[in-house]
Amino acid sequence: MLKRILLIVSMVLLALILLPLLEGLGEQTHVSSLAEYYLSSGADDLNSPNLVTSVVVTYRGLDTLGEVTVLFAAAAGIMLAFKGLKMDEKEREKTQGPSELLASGASLLFPILFIFGIYIFTHGHLSPGGGFQGGVVIASAALLLLLSGVIPGVSHLMTSLLEALAGASYVAIGLLGLYLAAGFLDPRFLPRGEWSGIFSAGAIPVIYSLVGIKVGSELSAVLNAMISKGGEK
Amino acid sequence: MMDYFNSEAALTHLMMAGILSLVVIGLYGILTRKNLIKIFLSLGVVETAVNILIVALPYRKGGVAPILTGQGMEGFLDPVPQALVLTSIVIGLAITALGLVMAVKFYQHEGHLNIRKMNGLKR
Repeated sequence: MLKRILLIVSMVLLALILLPLLEGLGEQTHVSSLAEYYLSSGADDLNSPNLVTSVVVTYRGLDTLGEVTVLFAAAAGIMLAFKGLKMDEKEREKTQGPSELLASGASLLFPILFIFGIYIFTHGHLSPGGGFQGGVVIASAALLLLLSGVIPGVSHLMTSLLEALAGASYVAIGLLGLYLAAGFLDPRFLPRGEWSGIFSAGAIPVIYSLVGIKVGSELSAVLNAMISKGGEK
Repeated sequence: MMDYFNSEAALTHLMMAGILSLVVIGLYGILTRKNLIKIFLSLGVVETAVNILIVALPYRKGGVAPILTGQGMEGFLDPVPQALVLTSIVIGLAITALGLVMAVKFYQHEGHLNIRKMNGLKR
């Protein structure tokens, strides 16, 4: 009991420590000078209506490459942890197949979700969305099929091949920007295109599509590993 | 009293209270729960609070997302924190996934997830 009271007191004290962090909340009247630059010249620079995407893919492109690398490291760690585990044939037979209703529903929803994911990452430079969001939608489509038991598993070869190709092309496009445009991950070596067209804003849609493919295949592989090997003892 | 609820300050205070309580609830969970999976979920709650804080800090009244849809740049918000939160969410996902897999592996070896009984290095 005393322990619990002490804990609650320390939590309250912690909240008091964190309070000054929240001081600036709701008191902003204008954006900072760096953001001012992104807002005023981002559209002219890159011809992309979504300025958040401009920041994520171009101005802070190196951060995004690092982010993709962290996700890759986590996926690699998960694969390593589940390496060598094989689901028992007996165990597999025990699990019932999906019912007719579940199987048809999942197979009906899967293509819609899959295309929606592709739509999100190809329109990342035009509307809210992007590679990570689209990739997660695709992974959730794969999760639907895996959980309902319509497919026994996602092919490891396919996901690892897609992931490796997308990751390598991402870095290759970054290097192309270094040689053909102003710097690493500069998307302006491809034509600007017309305003808010799907093939506009240089290499931004290409980079975001690659990120989408990479994240989608990576997370599908992780979910596949968790579902098919996580239940083993 | 009604004036306060209609004012902008009420929204700000509500946001502050929400962020603070999420941080405190998450940390309370991390400190008191014994199940490894619940600890990782509490970590996720703290993460959410930090993400809300980063997005909420540059907000001002009448601000809109910085996406050009033909209305001009009036009221655009700072795009940098929004990009930062995208990164933060993905990294949070990676950490949670890796942590949960470690919990699964531990369960496969030991048959429990109780951190009070995790004294393998002490024995």
